[in-house]
Amino acid sequence: MLTKETYDVIVIGSGPGGLAAAIEAKKAGAQDVLVIERDVEPGGILLQCIHNGFGLQNFKEDLPGPEYAQRYINEARAIGVEFLLDTMVIDVTPQRRLYLSSQRHGYFTLDARAIVLAMGCRERTRAQIRIPGMRPSGVFTAGTAQRWVNVEGYMPGKNFVILGSGDIGMIMARRLTFEGAKVSRVLEIQSYLSGLSRNYVQCLQDWDIPLQLQHTIKRIMGKNRVEAIETVAVDDHWNFVPGSEEIIPCDTLLLSVGLIPENELSKKAGVLLDPITGGPYVDERFQTSVPGIFAAGNVVHVYDLVDYVSIAGDTAGMHAARYAAAETQHEADYVPLKAGKNVRYVVPHKLDRKALENGNIQLQLRVTRPIEEDVWLEVRSESKSVVRRSERYARPGEMVTIMLKPSMAEEVRQAASLTVDVYPKAEA
Amino acid sequence: MQEKYDFVVIGAGVIGCMIARWLSRYEGRVLVIEKEADLGMGTTAANTSIVHAGYDPVPGSLKARMNVKGNAMWDQLKAELNFAYVRSGDYVIAIGEEELPALDTLMIQGKKNGVPGMIMISGEEMRAREKNINPNVSGALWASTGGICDCFQVNVAAGENAAMNGAEFKFNTAFEDFIMEGDRIIGIKTNRGDFLSRWVINCAGLYSDVVMHKAGVRPEFKIRPRKGEYMVFDRADIQIDNVLFPVPSEAGKGIMVTNTVHGNTIIGPNAQIIDDKEDTSTTIPGMNEIWEGAQKLIPSLDRRHVIATFAGLRAMGNAPCKTPGVNYNKDYIIEIPENVRGFVNLGGIESPGLASAPAIAEEVIDLLKDAGEKLIEKKDWNPIRPARPRFRNMTHAERQELCEVDPAYGRVICRCENVTEGEIIREIHAPIPAITYDAIKRRTWLGTGRCQGSFDMPRVTAILSRELGISPLEVTKRGNGSEFLSRQTKELGVQDAD
Repeated sequence: MLTKETYDVIVIGSGPGGLAAAIEAKKAGAQDVLVIERDVEPGGILLQCIHNGFGLQNFKEDLPGPEYAQRYINEARAIGVEFLLDTMVIDVTPQRRLYLSSQRHGYFTLDARAIVLAMGCRERTRAQIRIPGMRPSGVFTAGTAQRWVNVEGYMPGKNFVILGSGDIGMIMARRLTFEGAKVSRVLEIQSYLSGLSRNYVQCLQDWDIPLQLQHTIKRIMGKNRVEAIETVAVDDHWNFVPGSEEIIPCDTLLLSVGLIPENELSKKAGVLLDPITGGPYVDERFQTSVPGIFAAGNVVHVYDLVDYVSIAGDTAGMHAARYAAAETQHEADYVPLKAGKNVRYVVPHKLDRKALENGNIQLQLRVTRPIEEDVWLEVRSESKSVVRRSERYARPGEMVTIMLKPSMAEEVRQAASLTVDVYPKAEA
Repeated sequence: MQEKYDFVVIGAGVIGCMIARWLSRYEGRVLVIEKEADLGMGTTAANTSIVHAGYDPVPGSLKARMNVKGNAMWDQLKAELNFAYVRSGDYVIAIGEEELPALDTLMIQGKKNGVPGMIMISGEEMRAREKNINPNVSGALWASTGGICDCFQVNVAAGENAAMNGAEFKFNTAFEDFIMEGDRIIGIKTNRGDFLSRWVINCAGLYSDVVMHKAGVRPEFKIRPRKGEYMVFDRADIQIDNVLFPVPSEAGKGIMVTNTVHGNTIIGPNAQIIDDKEDTSTTIPGMNEIWEGAQKLIPSLDRRHVIATFAGLRAMGNAPCKTPGVNYNKDYIIEIPENVRGFVNLGGIESPGLASAPAIAEEVIDLLKDAGEKLIEKKDWNPIRPARPRFRNMTHAERQELCEVDPAYGRVICRCENVTEGEIIREIHAPIPAITYDAIKRRTWLGTGRCQGSFDMPRVTAILSRELGISPLEVTKRGNGSEFLSRQTKELGVQDAD
């Protein structure tokens, strides 16, 4: 049962970002910390991610999703974080009043001194990529299929084709194969993989599931249930290649065609969103454009690894607690961060000029195209390079990070703006 | 033992249910049969949901008369049946000087048809009324009686009111043939047995030609489906506040941009004549066509904001208009044919069939009376079908009250549209039960938002399974053959495919 009507920090969402934020908020001195979760158990999408690969960064162990979540849940409960489950946040105001609805508690309000938005992301759907054809049963997002198989215990079909080489799609290709289903192929419209290379190796290659790059779906057939799909090859501009059509009989089409940060509540709270990431504009503390409202994890931008989501949650939670304690707006002088050469976006969007006095700041970015050779990742001001490091390649499916250190504080303080570039070393 | 009815209606679309509702006012047993698993799964499920003013149909046609008469009946219909409907008015938009004469033609036509409340407005005025309109707008015809509704809700409300007043519904029941006695129809054969009836009413929509041919009526009549494709926009991204038509062409009323009663903007339809009455597929050329058409009216539309696409079929007929001197051959058929007794025949009820629906129902009653049928009003007829609560449309205070009455209204199942478990349960146990996923979706608007059911589908499946006492494996999207799930996991040794 709820103990308060006003909390120091309310975290919306109990996935990896929300759990870490709640724990750090509590550790940073917030008295009353509440996590609100719409599902009946905490953990978010991790609960349906029963595959391993979680925790390598944060626990130096290879854990399945539910176990990774449970470690955070146990810690949160142990230090007195409250949970409000099976409860949906319907509305949030810029003054940090929440309207909530649940079967157990009815329709009610809560107030927060600081909020951490941690609603995660959702999957792109058929309409967003405009697949023509009929609209039968049997077209699901990979995440819906994952929920059915791993949580509900049911198979959503027998004979699958997967569109999109996103991580959930590849993981489901393997999972469905384990369960005796046939996964005849994975199609990807791009000329490169959109998920992690390790998932390609472990989930497709090891199970002889073919990946067809530069292929997409031209048509879905079937009145009641999917009966077949028509595939087609595409050129570099995604134009169909005439004569390359192929009809593939199947009863299920899974879509793994991208994730979008889920920010309907953020919009209600008046939080400004970046059209590129789909998430809020944030500073290095993960504070949004609305004072006292922070955001953590996939709600800000889509991460490739859960461990990094938890780390972002740590930062957001700690600063939310500080905001709640101070109850005054932090007056900051910001340096904007810009996406430069080959960079799609950089998070955070801006830095407090004094931020580096308190320690390292990690910049997180995604590149616009794959660069399969040695690259420089470089942060520069108008006049000079602030930091640069090298990588063996850069791929859109994998998040890239660069660390700013206190030793760079002076350059950052004096910069009008900072730009991040990624480019082949050969071009340097 | 064959069941005996006074009236059997073939087809539970908006026309069939409206007629059943009108018939339910009178003494006698009414049966509605429907080949699909739910009502309104044909044309009613996929159209623009416009209640047309009546300036479009050819003057003198039955279509024009039904449209204008029907339009005037909607305020009372809404008051009785409690569905979403707004008499918003509509615009026909002329782009460039060359399209202006078309507005005059429509104005004259509208006046001939008896449409009240039409005025011409200037391009400047139109730009002020719709800020997103093509800046080259040269003028507009404003018809104040046009409106928008949730067509499916209208269908459900009419069907439920009929059911409340004693009409029976049988789903998954397909018409096969008539049972004749000389030139009189005395019943029908279906895949679920025979039903005797004094009257049979053809409301079979796209299949109305097949049904009337079985009775030996109008062998030359043919339904040619005209497919229309649509796109739906996320209401968080764009909201057009008006009902906007282009000037019409030979192909029809044209590709429009309109708001809906749910707040989503939709665009469409194109008009492609096809042969297959089940082909509701969207196509790449079709999508491109409606995109271009819509941009003519609202150039700033952004394709990234599209959250759904669909296609529907209009039941276009080829019946000549009966009015002397009117040369028109796509008119409605609403008749008691001379060569067959016991048969009320409808056909070619395409747009504006929705606007016309209450007038068509009344017309059928009049035809029955003219044929000597003694219709005796029931003493306890209840014209009111109450609306059920819709959480997402409520104020904070109303929601609080609702959750106190029934806690199930507190559990949100559809996160985009905020549809609650209480609403779903009520639909499953409604006078006409919603027993498929689509049936719940169309009644509650669940799963229609930006995630398109990705989150709610497993949850609704579980609720349907629990409430109906069936296995999740038996839960379907739209009836038999559209199950979501194939088997349980962990069945050792199962290999689904070769």
